[in-house]
Amino acid sequence: MSAAVEPPAIELVDIDKRFGPVRANDRVNLSVARGTVHGIVGENGAGKSTLMSILYGFYEADGGEIRVDGTPARIRSPADAIRLGIGMVHQHFMLVDSLSVVENVMLGAEGGALLDRGLARARAELDRLAADHGLAVDVDARVGDLPVGLQQRVEILKALYRGADVLILDEPTAVLTPPEAKALFGLLRTLREAGKTVLLITHKLEEIMAVTDRVSVMRRGQMVATLDTAATSPPELAELMVGRKVLLRVDKRPLAAGEPRLAVENLSVVDERDCLRVAEVSFTVRAGEIVGIAGVAGNGQSELMEAIAGMRRPTLGTIALDGTVLTREAHTPHNLRRLGLLHVPEDRLRTGLVPAFPAYESAALGFTDDPAYGRGLLLERGRMIAHLADRMAAYDVRPPDPLLKTSKFSGGNQQKIVLAREIERAPKVLIVGQPTRGVDIGAIEFIHRRLIALRDAGVAVLLVSVELEEIMSLADRILVMCGGRITGERRPEATDERDLGLLMAGVEGRA
Amino acid sequence: MDLVSLLAVLDSAVRLSIPLLCACLAGLWSERSGVVDIGLEGKMLVAAFAAGAAAHASGSAIAGLFAGLAASVAFALVHGFSAISQRGNQIVSGVAINMLAAGLTAIVGNAWYHQGGRTPPVDGAARFGEITLPGAEALSGIPLLGPLYREVVSGHSLLVYLAILAVIATWWTLARTRFGLRLRAVGENPAAVDTAGISVAGLRYAAVVLAGLLCGLGGTYLALAQAAGFLPHMTAGKGFIALAALIFAKWRAWPALGACLLFGLLDAVAIRIEGVPLPVIGRVPVQAIQALPYLMTVVLLAGFIGRAVPPRASGIPYVKER
Repeated sequence: MSAAVEPPAIELVDIDKRFGPVRANDRVNLSVARGTVHGIVGENGAGKSTLMSILYGFYEADGGEIRVDGTPARIRSPADAIRLGIGMVHQHFMLVDSLSVVENVMLGAEGGALLDRGLARARAELDRLAADHGLAVDVDARVGDLPVGLQQRVEILKALYRGADVLILDEPTAVLTPPEAKALFGLLRTLREAGKTVLLITHKLEEIMAVTDRVSVMRRGQMVATLDTAATSPPELAELMVGRKVLLRVDKRPLAAGEPRLAVENLSVVDERDCLRVAEVSFTVRAGEIVGIAGVAGNGQSELMEAIAGMRRPTLGTIALDGTVLTREAHTPHNLRRLGLLHVPEDRLRTGLVPAFPAYESAALGFTDDPAYGRGLLLERGRMIAHLADRMAAYDVRPPDPLLKTSKFSGGNQQKIVLAREIERAPKVLIVGQPTRGVDIGAIEFIHRRLIALRDAGVAVLLVSVELEEIMSLADRILVMCGGRITGERRPEATDERDLGLLMAGVEGRA
Repeated sequence: MDLVSLLAVLDSAVRLSIPLLCACLAGLWSERSGVVDIGLEGKMLVAAFAAGAAAHASGSAIAGLFAGLAASVAFALVHGFSAISQRGNQIVSGVAINMLAAGLTAIVGNAWYHQGGRTPPVDGAARFGEITLPGAEALSGIPLLGPLYREVVSGHSLLVYLAILAVIATWWTLARTRFGLRLRAVGENPAAVDTAGISVAGLRYAAVVLAGLLCGLGGTYLALAQAAGFLPHMTAGKGFIALAALIFAKWRAWPALGACLLFGLLDAVAIRIEGVPLPVIGRVPVQAIQALPYLMTVVLLAGFIGRAVPPRASGIPYVKER
């Protein structure tokens, strides 16, 4: 068969997938030629991971067709995918820490009921793979003892050991240090030379430019473009990723910023996996201004917010409230509330509310020692209910039923309950994470107007959002984070989505 | 203490440790697969009852054994269904099994036999008799080892040797077979097993059934080897002590044998020194002696065994993440 008529290694036709009301993949088409590295970019939630999970048999598509080497294939489980020569390196490694490298590699492909023969074969095969692709690793080491970069290598070895011709890598550099990432790209090139097909999912544009042959862009569940990497550029990709939409501008008074309220100085956060999440971040938020932090999710915004709100210890750097640097002891969520720093966490169902509680209990979380709620050690249910009923009326929460279970409210109404709880306490500084994630249009407008009203009343607001539109319409100053660093600061009137998109991708353009 | 009574204590330590060992291995299989099982006690109890009843009805110890295994596996499958298929709370399900077993055996036993919940005493072929291993007499001339072999190693029922074999089989299966590798993996990271194309539920059901078989063996031993019929609540917390032994043993087969033998020895010593005045302390109250194994469990668990890390996914139902 000549090269011209060789069918694509992978072809996805009209793939559809819904999760409840969310259309994660909307008639997605993709064609990947054999022996190429094909990138898939898109913002978080664009549907990249869902699409790859469908290809690997983790989910079954609601509609559409998968063709492998031109032949329609039904992939209903990872076992089917493995049989068709598709391997996947998951973002969260699918490894068993307590087992050795060779045991992890052979798991599911042991080659017989007894291990000894399979072990010998796996060792020989790992030696061969190490020689062919430069994938050396100590086969008897316990996987849990290996650094992350080597664990990822074990994942790749697992796929190759099973005879994968098509390798899917989901955000492979998310957990890697830059040198490890460089080594990975070198490896992907050698795999391509060996005739393997690589699907690389990422939201980092420089990776796409560095290693791919072709690139597909996804946005909101749809495949919006497929381009030759050589014929495109980061700005073009950023524009495709973010998309252009009508801005929902909110009317607001001109900025009348006062004293600095919150000052963050050289803040760095290293997480439990020893990854640097926030790197030397400094900024101030003044009374009466909204500072927005934009960025693709997972670039350190969450850790930054948690560090400021006292939920996570900063590794280095200081945080000052009203000019006073917070000591280690003073820096607890409870004390911060007392000092006037209130926090609307980004994941309301995990950190903002207790889904199983009735609304009036969720609405009192963190403030149960308020005398308004009861006397001494006792809470008075009637007062708590009456208190929430008032706020429900003021915030137009629907249904206005304080006894309803928290989880029964829609996302927007849950968010209003959290906002009401925090705003009620007359904050000096308000930290708001993803205020409109999963919130319906009507509630978005309401929440935006509330935040503006707070700003106009002289509150210092730090707004973290992955919605560019939201940041651009609300913020007085925009900071962009990428890879834990602040890659730029802009005024909303002096920037556009393209410019911010570049900063979000870590491309530091004009100053 | 002279040699004869020392050997007698060791012999009784072995006998007392067997139900613990069976339950401990059952817990090992279950927890290594990721299913926490505090229903070991209940499963042993139903097995003991079923074995006692079947042995009485048929006059055959082997029939009793099979009835015990079947009853225990049936209860294990109930736990498996709730923990694996329905993703229920494994502790609640285990507690329910224990309560169901305690109530059911007492009520059914009373209804059938009208003897206060016990099954009628059995003897002869309806019990597991003692087996003298070859050479027990011939070798008894050898000093120390000879009597040790005759008194402690030889002269137990078939079930004792089966339980010891189960230790070897457990160790070998986990370390050397495909099933063992997959089982070790599924208790640590079921998602890894799933993405490798292996059924998580299948592995866990297999482990739960094995746990049922082992509890069945332990229960049958209680009713048909140690005693001569079923007595209400005859497991007396052994299923829980087995869980403590499992933590000592850090979920490994050979250390499990060691831990259970140690507990058995404590029990045997307690029985031996009951009512006997000891130097310095004098006569120790029976209750204090009986509390010794439990006390030791608490003390050892409180920090004398180093870090005991359970299988990481144990107790967590497997749900594919979105």
